[in-house]
Amino acid sequence: MWRYIVKRVGHALFVMWLVATTVFFGLRAIPGGPVRTMLGQEATPEAVASLRAELGLDRPLSVQYLDFMTDLFTLEFGRSITSGEQVGAIVAEAAPKTFAIAAVGVALGLAIAIPAGVIGATRRNEPADYAATIGAFLGISMPAFFVGILLAIVFGVYLDWLPIVGYTPLSEGVRPWFESVLLPAIAVGLPYAAGVTRMMRSSLIETLNEGYMRTALAKGVGSQVRLYKHAMQNALIPVVTVAGIQLALVLGGSVTVELVFSIQGLGRVLVNSILERNYPVTQIAILLISGVFVFMNLLVDIAYTAIDPRIRVGGESA
Amino acid sequence: MTDQSGAPGRSDSARRSSADADPEVGPDAELRPDGGTDSTPKASFGLYEGEFGPGEVPPEYEVDERVEEHRTTAQRIVATLRRDRLALAGAVIVITFLFLAVFAPYVAPHGPEETFGFMQGPLSESTGDFDGDGAMETTTHYLGTDSFGHDILTRIIYGARVSMLVALATVAVAFSIGTTLGIVAGFYGGWVDSVIMRYVDFQWAFPEIILGVAIIAMMGGLGVVNVVLAIGIAFIDDFARIIRGEVLSIREEEYVTAARAVGMGDIRIMFKEMLPNAVAPLIVQATLMLPLAILAEASLSFLGLGVKPTTPTWGLLIADGRQFISQAPWISVMPGLAIMVVVLAFNTLGDGLRDAFDIDQTEVE
Repeated sequence: MWRYIVKRVGHALFVMWLVATTVFFGLRAIPGGPVRTMLGQEATPEAVASLRAELGLDRPLSVQYLDFMTDLFTLEFGRSITSGEQVGAIVAEAAPKTFAIAAVGVALGLAIAIPAGVIGATRRNEPADYAATIGAFLGISMPAFFVGILLAIVFGVYLDWLPIVGYTPLSEGVRPWFESVLLPAIAVGLPYAAGVTRMMRSSLIETLNEGYMRTALAKGVGSQVRLYKHAMQNALIPVVTVAGIQLALVLGGSVTVELVFSIQGLGRVLVNSILERNYPVTQIAILLISGVFVFMNLLVDIAYTAIDPRIRVGGESA
Repeated sequence: MTDQSGAPGRSDSARRSSADADPEVGPDAELRPDGGTDSTPKASFGLYEGEFGPGEVPPEYEVDERVEEHRTTAQRIVATLRRDRLALAGAVIVITFLFLAVFAPYVAPHGPEETFGFMQGPLSESTGDFDGDGAMETTTHYLGTDSFGHDILTRIIYGARVSMLVALATVAVAFSIGTTLGIVAGFYGGWVDSVIMRYVDFQWAFPEIILGVAIIAMMGGLGVVNVVLAIGIAFIDDFARIIRGEVLSIREEEYVTAARAVGMGDIRIMFKEMLPNAVAPLIVQATLMLPLAILAEASLSFLGLGVKPTTPTWGLLIADGRQFISQAPWISVMPGLAIMVVVLAFNTLGDGLRDAFDIDQTEVE
């Protein structure tokens, strides 16, 4: 099991190195380089040259690359071109907001999806199943930001229950914090729940038809134990996979949902930096969001070892 | 992470379209009358050895008309639409929106830049001399007007142009690049396969939107071409994986050997012989990818990273209404509903087609 985890961590680091390298060369592959994009086509060559020197872009690419990598390891991310602020400080301020939305969103999503999938599978073709299936189908057909807008209209404008603008830090109390992230979290959580529900339902139906379920029934195992011990343990494995992969949906969704609720999270920072052509911020924001995603996938892979004894015992089983 | 499908159960299928894996799993799934992949020769015996277990009908008893009747791809699509009402409804809606998109100037009630009163509610009316003949007319804004006074229905119809065009172009880009990569990987195998699939796995690990945003950042500019490339590249991984799986399964078929024997070049074998035999799952995948492309385009333009900020696209229309949700919620809601309806339609159509071609998503490994 430890060998498996070490291998996964190694792979995650490799992926991050690949991302960093791609971002580094990608941003410098633009014709004219980032400086040309920043200053516009009509900039004088002198202005371009001086800004290139200022940003260290006139040095050989290999030197820049080594520098970039060293900076990443020492967490020295440089300064924003527009505000002069430390990039590290900018992302450090934005990241907790995105993480809060994503974490609450995933928790809510799973809290809806797992029971909904189980109900769908155990009460097949009953009204509850149809409701869950239709709900899930609607869920995969709406972009997160549109869900967010609908939530803001209903719960923010008409009912006036929850704030729809901005983020309240956790330090100002749990309740205001939770209220400020609840709607965005639901917005990213519902499309996520939709995918997980569908997988949970079909996976559990498949498992319930397995021979060992009949054996358990024949042995006289009670229905609750059969469902939650025999069936769920196996049915959950593909669900964990989907739940992990669809985290992409949550992170991607939070980029757009932050705009709906005017929250300055990582997504806003990334998009604004692109619009302002503020490439030092762009590259770190991309790296950080990718890093979060890679890290969460790593956690999912490790979670396998907990739910699937085949991995725990047999090492890598592929 | 994503490589070599390390953990059990981690299949491609797991990704998106497949989270919706068919509800009819279970033992009776094999008996679906419309099933059957007659592209694989059902007549070759021995293929069945050990393929059916106790309680299942041996294939020779369920063969029925499938073997005699070979249907073309088009015939199957028609048959599916006849049988599956939901898929038919999806197809009708998709075609309607395509029609609206193509003929926008003729079907839209007004011009996209024509302005009326600001933020008029749905079903409100405007009176004025719109056709310039000196007489006053009254016109109804079925979906209301936006904060600039544009007729929302008109803007949605024009928005369909960009959204559908971008979605189609995006899938075309993803299809061509992904298919080429996958077919080359599967055909040559060895290190070519390793390199290509390593890359595909790497990309597979990434949220499409983030990838799209990153590609736009790297291309350093907005515009239709950049958006199409960004979303298209973000989607190549699925096509590559599917076609590679197909190619691996048909690589040793006799017609491939025969093509080689008569001296056909690799490229002709790949694209003339193998591709046509692997096209069905790709069509299904393309149908399921179109709604994702529509959603991705909407997200990008919602963020202000889409095509020009002045072109009406659905995502942009929603973004324009965002500030006015308390006074005029319909500005955002109407284009959002348009997205939802189209995406739902594509999804039901895609699900129907997947059943028609009996594509078991778990095969795509």
